[in-house]
Amino acid sequence: MTAVFLGIPTAPAGVGHLRGDRPFPDAARDALRDGQLRANLGHATTTIRGKRAGVVAEVPDWAQLREAGRALKAATMARLDEHLEELERQVTARGGTVHWARDATEANEIVTRLVQATGADEVVKVKSMATQEIGLNEALEAAGITALETDLAELIVQLGEDRPSHILVPAIHKNRAEIREIFARTIPGVDPGLTDDPRRLAMAAREHLRERFLRARVAVSGANFAVAETGTLAVVESEGNGRMCLTLPQTLITVMGIEKVVPAWRDLEVFLQLLPRSSTGERMNPYTSLWAGVTPGDGPQEFHLVLLDNGRTAVLADEVGREALHCIRCSACLNVCPVYERTGGHAYGSVYPGPIGAVLSPQLTGVEDNASLPYASSLCGACYDVCPVAIDIPSILVHLRAEHVEAQTRTTPEAAAFRALSKAMSSPRLWRLAQRATGLGRFLARGRPTLPATLPPPASAWTRTRDLPTPPRETFTQAWAREHGSQEGRA
Amino acid sequence: MRVALFATCLVDTMVPQVAHATATLLQRLGHEVVVPPGQSCCGQMHVNTGYRREAVPIVANHVRAFAGALSSGVEAVVVPSGSCVASIHHQQAAVARRAGEHGLADEAEALAARTYELSQFLVDVLGVTDVGAYYPHRVTHHPTCHSLRMLRVGDRPLQLLRAVRGLELVELPGAESCCGFGGTFAVKNADTSTAMLTDKMANVLATSAEVCTAGDASCLMHIGGGLSRLRSGTRTVHLAEILASTEESVTPQQGTRPSPSRPTTPTASA
Repeated sequence: MTAVFLGIPTAPAGVGHLRGDRPFPDAARDALRDGQLRANLGHATTTIRGKRAGVVAEVPDWAQLREAGRALKAATMARLDEHLEELERQVTARGGTVHWARDATEANEIVTRLVQATGADEVVKVKSMATQEIGLNEALEAAGITALETDLAELIVQLGEDRPSHILVPAIHKNRAEIREIFARTIPGVDPGLTDDPRRLAMAAREHLRERFLRARVAVSGANFAVAETGTLAVVESEGNGRMCLTLPQTLITVMGIEKVVPAWRDLEVFLQLLPRSSTGERMNPYTSLWAGVTPGDGPQEFHLVLLDNGRTAVLADEVGREALHCIRCSACLNVCPVYERTGGHAYGSVYPGPIGAVLSPQLTGVEDNASLPYASSLCGACYDVCPVAIDIPSILVHLRAEHVEAQTRTTPEAAAFRALSKAMSSPRLWRLAQRATGLGRFLARGRPTLPATLPPPASAWTRTRDLPTPPRETFTQAWAREHGSQEGRA
Repeated sequence: MRVALFATCLVDTMVPQVAHATATLLQRLGHEVVVPPGQSCCGQMHVNTGYRREAVPIVANHVRAFAGALSSGVEAVVVPSGSCVASIHHQQAAVARRAGEHGLADEAEALAARTYELSQFLVDVLGVTDVGAYYPHRVTHHPTCHSLRMLRVGDRPLQLLRAVRGLELVELPGAESCCGFGGTFAVKNADTSTAMLTDKMANVLATSAEVCTAGDASCLMHIGGGLSRLRSGTRTVHLAEILASTEESVTPQQGTRPSPSRPTTPTASA
């Protein structure tokens, strides 16, 4: 395994939210029984899938845009170190301060120290996956600092003491009746006549947040993009709450994964077209905030950029898996995934759920810490088709499965079975013998068309819900050879 | 044309009637069919479960089994399975190359270039959509993920089905959603797989079709296994079996019925 050979650290355990507490199949089993969750997810993903398909189909050069996005990301990753150093130079030249964080622990320490230096005990937050990944809110809370999520869906999750279940729509697993209940229970002084009308819910959240925006002295954000040549950070959003955080407080701290850098200003042209159509199914997102360093008398007067590794360099070292770093967090792959649609995001155990999460989380933590995730896919390929930067997610999933298998130091029963089967399938003589062994199935079936539904494991995992046909008396190749004679001489 | 048939391990062992039907169809269209006896598996299950090293000798066996056929005038290898052809095209050479077996990788690539999924072979290589079939049933078609998204077979199976006399083709709602098979996924994530299967079956049953067809015996074994467990009465039949059927010999074999050893020319049984 290349990652181990090079000794590049992965994201540390015990901090942040990249590891679940149980394997995917176990967590999924419980989620699948939650009918309300299934209904909410089915409705939401179907709606957003349709919207995305519509606005993507109307772009005549989508295939070229997608290829441009892929090529830009690949070229950027090939010289990531240079682009990051250029970004640092440009941010610094414009009055910002750049901090390098090896992992979640370092990033949390840096942000906590910076907030403490301002004397504030409360920060407002722009929706950010990086800060969810490192568990920043918990780290701040441990230091006596309250982090207030201001993205509507993140607010719902935070007030409900829940966890996000989607990259873009963290509260996708909740319907509006459930959201009304959370607001009525948790927002102080909320209108007792609050209904589940989306407009009324948004107004209740706005009232709750407005006061906090105005009193906030420190904001924490993530970044969608960072332009190396100009030192510009970019956040795209729908609500405008991010814009409030980015402009009102005195101090702004941005935590950004190192893979978010793009070399040139004009690269935004490609990504700002790909992202909104793929994520919210909009032609253009309502708010695009761009800032470089600080501007006297306008906006935050102190700006800190925290560049986060947390396992990304280890991902970059894997020549198959590194494509996962191209992700622009649009979540189109989640919305089309038949597995995600049914299990929801919590089953993945990481803040990055769905197909991209199944390739990103195990690489950030090391495959053995998330070994069930690469198998949480039927390899149907719908994710690859919709990915705006053409990440071949199915191929990476298959690669990570192999990394997991090859990391085992002891022979598992599964490995023994696959090795024996490989031997048989590599030798026509042994293969005919193995095929003959399916006669056992006919013995078990005792003349019935299907095998018994109560076979021992692992066959039971199939037969619990699906019949298995009784094997035939004779294989096709046997029958053909009997009828036509061996074609060895001819073929 | 002289064509070699790769039955695939699953069809050869579990549903041989699909390979018989493929051979019957190709012969009826005037082609000579050979079945290389050394064939076993393409290696897909090993690769997709993480055993890419163990897949290499399987790929080598596959290349060996068909090498003779190619050197004795066979122009194409036809396979009644989209996912096995996708593996032959997209995985075989890659796993060989990764293992340092460059010669094998080159041979696998050359073989892949001559290897076709059945509907692609009929429509693209032979240029036929009306294969002279007769199948008087109400049928819905599940496109299967790897045929759809890795091979891009598009509407070729539907073109073939529309030309079948007596066949009433009904559109499957949510057709492009995976049925939940996914090879070992069906066992490793049995609950999620079953949830996907349930939705696929609901859509199949909503069409009131007698038959659900597809170009992959594996997906059909999954969907058919679920329909059979529910005692639904809707059966799964491979595309090759429908296209092989004529007025003289209709073959509505159900996937869950034990397949008796059958002569290459199907006998009328409906």
